[in-house]
Amino acid sequence: MTEKMTDWKRKDLLGIEELSAEEIELILQTADSFKEISSRPVKKVPTLRGKTIVLFFFEPSTRTRSSFELAAKRLSADTLSITKSSSSIQKGETLKDTIKNIEAMQVDVIILRHSSSGAHHILAPQVTPSIINAGDGCHEHPTQALLDMFTIKEKKGKIKGLKVTILGDIAHSRVARSNIWGLKKMGAEVTICGPKTLLPRDIDKMGVKVTTCLAEALKGADVVNILRIQKERQQVGLFPSLREYASEFGVSREKLDKYAKKDILIMHPGPINRGIEITPDVADGKYSVILDQVTNGIAIRMAVLYLVSQAGISEQQE
Amino acid sequence: MSLLIKNGRVVDAKNKQDGVFDILVEGAKISKIAKNIVSKDDNVFDAKGMLVVPGLIDLHVHLREPGYEYKETILSGSQAAARGGFTSICCMPNTNPVIDNQGVVDFVFAESKKAGLVNVFPVGAITKGLKGEDLADIADMKESGVVALSDDGYEVASAALLRMAMEYASMFDLPIIAHCEDKELSSGGVMNEGYMSTVLGLKGIPRVAEITMVSRDIELARFTGTKLHIAHVSCKESVALIKKAKKEGVKVTSECCPHHFSLTEEAVEQYDTNTKVNPPLRTKEDVEAIKKGLKDGTIDCIATDHAPHSISEKDTEYDLAPFGIIGSETALGLVMTELVDKGILSIEQVVEKMALNPARVIGQDKGYLSEGGCADITIIDPKQEWVVEKDGFVSKSSNSPFIGKTLTGQVMATIVSGKIVFEKS
Repeated sequence: MTEKMTDWKRKDLLGIEELSAEEIELILQTADSFKEISSRPVKKVPTLRGKTIVLFFFEPSTRTRSSFELAAKRLSADTLSITKSSSSIQKGETLKDTIKNIEAMQVDVIILRHSSSGAHHILAPQVTPSIINAGDGCHEHPTQALLDMFTIKEKKGKIKGLKVTILGDIAHSRVARSNIWGLKKMGAEVTICGPKTLLPRDIDKMGVKVTTCLAEALKGADVVNILRIQKERQQVGLFPSLREYASEFGVSREKLDKYAKKDILIMHPGPINRGIEITPDVADGKYSVILDQVTNGIAIRMAVLYLVSQAGISEQQE
Repeated sequence: MSLLIKNGRVVDAKNKQDGVFDILVEGAKISKIAKNIVSKDDNVFDAKGMLVVPGLIDLHVHLREPGYEYKETILSGSQAAARGGFTSICCMPNTNPVIDNQGVVDFVFAESKKAGLVNVFPVGAITKGLKGEDLADIADMKESGVVALSDDGYEVASAALLRMAMEYASMFDLPIIAHCEDKELSSGGVMNEGYMSTVLGLKGIPRVAEITMVSRDIELARFTGTKLHIAHVSCKESVALIKKAKKEGVKVTSECCPHHFSLTEEAVEQYDTNTKVNPPLRTKEDVEAIKKGLKDGTIDCIATDHAPHSISEKDTEYDLAPFGIIGSETALGLVMTELVDKGILSIEQVVEKMALNPARVIGQDKGYLSEGGCADITIIDPKQEWVVEKDGFVSKSSNSPFIGKTLTGQVMATIVSGKIVFEKS
């Protein structure tokens, strides 16, 4: 590795698809240096003092929103949190108008979660503050993929050459898409697995192996990232019952013992449905790094907030 | 009142004419087509180096009036058509109120007469309110002058009802224009289902939503013997089905839109809502199949599906934006740029697909240039390059995915019944 890493030049973080492997590496390394701050007795550094960061969540979120908020606070930024129900969206204001109004209050970063895929991509070029994508529809959730990769690297020492399986509702998952882009760029082999009705068309063209057989997906895998199965998917007929889903695609201790490598990492972006996509003994078991993911999420988000804020400053100076 | 169009290359598909001629227009008729016509009148249009073709006919536009005048009106839509070289347009019935009764048909004719630009031929609804439940007042509407029937935007979901509509329409020799889309299969979709929708995380519209309905409607047309016109073909399988049906003698014709031979699903990449159309932009293979279908005659007509929407409706999230793009003013340029210049169609074939065949579909004595025939004429500079500009549209709306694109081929004048309704300054 050369001394001088790639400079971060992006105002926004919209997705993993547009990032280079070097940029991903830069975020992971920056996060690595921030991680230690959260274990100090005084968990605060002055890095982003005077910056205003808005958390704008149009969809429910516990993990991502708290994680971003703590990341911002540990960097000494001021935060403002808005949810869909507390915003003028309820009064019929458009997303663009709402964001333009927040922009007019001279904020520096807007962390946005929205149910429409691409909402961020449409808005970002039209506003001055940095836009960080905290999830857009079924499209991308870049910080989740980054914290997943960070966790894999932390536990396995590398990403390149690892076999990673992503399991579950791939069709509706922004976590899956961001992970596929990121892991492929970092040199991992990616297999996706789930019922055919939850695998999107032509996903193989993203360069992943596709299987509908859980045993096959577990065999030889170094990591399995288990996605949450949303109960409403069953109601629209994408699979017959949660019981059948659990028996075909649920990850249990028994299946792991039978098919998986001894040192497989079990990951889950949360929130988990115990007993459906994952049994409690697996979620809480020795292979699980689910809570490490949550811890690492803060470091990743600190890194992202720091990098996009830096990019803003150097841009203004030019 | 006369007009002499001099030295243009006159191309006509019906008379198989292609050469430099003068055309003398007297009143609403063409009185003479010959070389070196001398006129006493000094009303002369110098068409040297230009194409002089029968007035173009667009089988598929949405004029939005009555009900959605903020998007387009019969006047502004007629102006856009005239600028695009169209002398006749067929307007779809999805207005508010719907064109499903004599009163609304009469209103459209009255407004278009007031506009006094192009011929506007209303297409009547198949079912009342486009609801797919009860047949609209078909006989009444025929009496008032509708040229075809369509529930465009919706498929008549019930095959039994569509069968009855076909049987009934055949009494009046009205073609059924089918919008082929199984709404259950396409439900919630916003773009073609495939690699791009997977990457973009947008809900896909599977191609089978179109193909199954093309197939069903062809079989109903075969069974009832009614004339069926398939609107906006977007899939290669649809082209194949139509080709086979034609060979077997089914009375089926079809149209495709310029965006379906100019763009693929890849245009959606930046979530530009001006790429959101129904049927959606498909794949390269589909584009190739449509071009081949145009070339071999499977696809009879080129129609725009001109669908204006206001800026505020389109300036939103991709999944919330309405379907549709405008097309009247870019159609000819796209045909010249994507089809003629690339060797897919000859000028004569363009005339066939944009004038002669559309006239035949709606049973109008138009679409050709003959002495004694109607003087609907379009004059085109085939070499002139121009850039599509957002502020350059005369349509009330500017929802076009072609803004910024350079096109070759410019409409220089549009003449309706002997009167110049548009002239490029």
